[in-house]
Amino acid sequence: MLKFVVKRLLWMIPSLFAVSFLAFVLIQLPPGDFVTTYIATLASSNEVIDQNTAASLRERFGLDQPMLVQYLKWIWGIVTRGDFGISFEWQQPVSGLIWERMALTLVLALASLIATWALALPIGVYSAVKKYSIGDYAFTAFTFFGLSIPSFLLALVLMYVAAVEFGADVGGLFSSEYETAPWSIAKMFDLLTHLWLPVAILAVSSTASLIRVMRANMLDELPKPYVTTARAKGLSEFRLLVKYPLRIALNPFISTIAWLLPNLISGSVVVAIVLNLPTAAPLLLQSLMAQDMYLAGAFVLLICALTLIGSLISDILLALVDPRIRLE
Amino acid sequence: MTDILTIAPRPSITAGKPLLEVRNLVTEFPLRTGIFRAVDNLSFSIEPGKTLCVVGESGSGKSVTARSILQIIDAPGRIASGSITLNRQDGSSLDLAKLDPRGKLIRSVRGADIAMIFQEPMSSLSPVHTVGDQITEVLRLHLKMSKAEARAEAISLLRQVEIPDPEKALDRYAFQYSGGMRQRAMIAMALACKPQLLIADEPTTALDVTTQAEILDLISRLQKAHGMAVLFITHDMGVVAQIADDVLVMHHGVMKEYGPVDEIFHAPKDPYTRMLIGSVLKLEQKAEIRLARPPLDTTADPILDIRNLTMEFGELKALNDVSIALLPGETLGIVGESGSGKTTMGRSIMRLYDPTAGEMHYRRANGQVVDLARLEGAELKAARRELRMVFQDPFGSLNPRMTVAQVIGEPLLVNGIARGRQLDERVCHLMEQVGLDPATRERYPHAFSGGQRQRIGIARAITLNPRVIVADEATSALDVSVRFQVLDLLMRLQDELGLAYIFISHDIGVIRYMCDRVGVMYRGRLVEMGEAEKVCNTPDHPYTQALISAIPRPDPRDRDHSRRFRYTEPSPYTEPSNVKNGSSAR
Repeated sequence: MLKFVVKRLLWMIPSLFAVSFLAFVLIQLPPGDFVTTYIATLASSNEVIDQNTAASLRERFGLDQPMLVQYLKWIWGIVTRGDFGISFEWQQPVSGLIWERMALTLVLALASLIATWALALPIGVYSAVKKYSIGDYAFTAFTFFGLSIPSFLLALVLMYVAAVEFGADVGGLFSSEYETAPWSIAKMFDLLTHLWLPVAILAVSSTASLIRVMRANMLDELPKPYVTTARAKGLSEFRLLVKYPLRIALNPFISTIAWLLPNLISGSVVVAIVLNLPTAAPLLLQSLMAQDMYLAGAFVLLICALTLIGSLISDILLALVDPRIRLE
Repeated sequence: MTDILTIAPRPSITAGKPLLEVRNLVTEFPLRTGIFRAVDNLSFSIEPGKTLCVVGESGSGKSVTARSILQIIDAPGRIASGSITLNRQDGSSLDLAKLDPRGKLIRSVRGADIAMIFQEPMSSLSPVHTVGDQITEVLRLHLKMSKAEARAEAISLLRQVEIPDPEKALDRYAFQYSGGMRQRAMIAMALACKPQLLIADEPTTALDVTTQAEILDLISRLQKAHGMAVLFITHDMGVVAQIADDVLVMHHGVMKEYGPVDEIFHAPKDPYTRMLIGSVLKLEQKAEIRLARPPLDTTADPILDIRNLTMEFGELKALNDVSIALLPGETLGIVGESGSGKTTMGRSIMRLYDPTAGEMHYRRANGQVVDLARLEGAELKAARRELRMVFQDPFGSLNPRMTVAQVIGEPLLVNGIARGRQLDERVCHLMEQVGLDPATRERYPHAFSGGQRQRIGIARAITLNPRVIVADEATSALDVSVRFQVLDLLMRLQDELGLAYIFISHDIGVIRYMCDRVGVMYRGRLVEMGEAEKVCNTPDHPYTQALISAIPRPDPRDRDHSRRFRYTEPSPYTEPSNVKNGSSAR
């Protein structure tokens, strides 16, 4: 087992290099660079920059060098100093920008994940056990609704209802007076009052799909002979459900961790923009549009690293939970 | 076994009262099209310490009866009427049919007073919990033992069912056990709380005959030791004859006959019972069709001559230097237990596998001899047209999205032999040949019964006028009454079309009925080869002797277990020896 983990960890190093290079190339592929985008932005506000200024800007950012040199410089900085470069647009170190956003992203993602699992798993089990009951039909209707409605539309509707009907302060994760304030109990409380709306919106569609998956998994397991065996032993229905079929029906969810982690960053872009949330996703989108290559590159690298770590974690967990994988 | 009749009931049981009394039981399944009565007005009783066998073919309602007793019928089934009276050890009586299936009272009966073991020992145990976890669970639930006490008790239970090294075996998972060990673990689990009644639902059907014999011995030994009654459900009349005190014959949910085992076997009253026993006895001898045939020409050149065939899967030698010849018009039986390599052999002949070494000389109709092991491309395709296969599973081997006409006609179509009206005529003719109504050819396989589906499989195999048919356990999934109909069909086609069969089976009865010569396989090697009569009655090799001895004889007056033994492979250092019944640990 330990050998397996070490081997997987060692394999991650070359894959990360390969992916980071690819990401760097992909970001550079569109015609132009940050300076062209910058000039275009200035031109729209009637400021003109001559060729010399542009050239000196390029020189300052190191954009005049060949791509390979740029990449090697960037990756050397990461490996030796943990320096992800400077964001052109923000004129700040990339690492600082990302970490600032990551904390709130994490809070939001975890809150919606917990909400999703806490709702979806029991409902899925209920739907499977009481197949074709009124409750099952009601939840099925809800899941179809949740799956089909676009989340940004739901965000707009909920924002409207919350703001107009209840006069709640929507948009963002903080009230304006706390936005720049240092962390305090009051700020935490303020965060909680703002958090429910994005969490609800993000949770609806994932809960809906998870209920379907859980219901299907349980329906696969429930007629299995080992469930009947457990029943013939005299176990109570609740105890046997939790111990046997639920345990096995949960296995597929462990595999989902592989893509849950990268989703922290890139998921829910549209909802974050609509609700004006200070999370990582809008920053990633903006950096890509502005060809802010070090910032975008760092994001892509982070997503890849999280994907690799996520799949490693899920593989290890699966082996721990399921003896068939561990021992065969 | 006979002394079980003289065992006195335990003193704690109220004298005169049966342990379990079922009166007018009706179990129904509400369906969209109406209500299906799986069990219809069934009455029987079980005395303490006795064995009642419920016997019947698939769909007879015997499993539903067993599940009704514990109220664990699969949804949407339910007990509609009738009573199931359990007379408990403390003198109280309980009507199980009236209890709430989810209620506390029925749960206190399950596993404690009445325990159950099931057919599929693999899927009946949870794959992600250790065997020990699943056994201690019952002990802690009903006997309120502490963890340590339950563990100690579970170890002693595993020892009782003869699982080697029980301390370690307790912490293993079901998939690390062999089939026989899994069923032993199931039995240990069922016996944990010393139940009054053990319900065994086809507990040995998925096992090899030698393992079956050991499990049956184990159950009867434990039954004597605990004074427990057994309700044994099976379709195998041989098993019934060996273990039953009383027999209940069921057919389509209705009781056909109920009485002491000797009466059922030697003076059956009901025609259905007579048919069941008749079809079992029929497999005790050569088929009538074969008796009428002229003796086989043994001097003819073999149609298929297999020499030193070896097939390796990594480390495992599934076939080890097998040499066997098939004569024209012959039925060659290949018999062996699971893992003996008999299926691998069939598939190698069809070149579904590429053999590691050896030759398979096939004599074509024009006298040309080709080596099937080396053939490639068009020549292999041509040879495959003449060598066809019939599979075991009549449900899995037919594409559910193709009509029967498409299934049967496909080989003609893909080989460009017939199409359109001509194809349709050929299909109709083939269906008549295998005894199916051509009017049903536009239906899909699900509309046919198991026996009919196997006929479809046979029709598909003979479409291209083959010369050799490999039948891999072709009748194992069928009920006895249907089994010999299919066997008779195969022999009739043999006469009509001049076929040679390689008939792979684990069932000696079928081999005796059907085959001219038999090869016995054991761990990839061919250990004995000879005339069917000779091999089935007076075998030479100790393994074949052990195999034959383990087959339950369908006669309750012939219950001699002492001649039964398990074959152990002689090690290169000691003389070949046989281990006496039961003393081998496995």
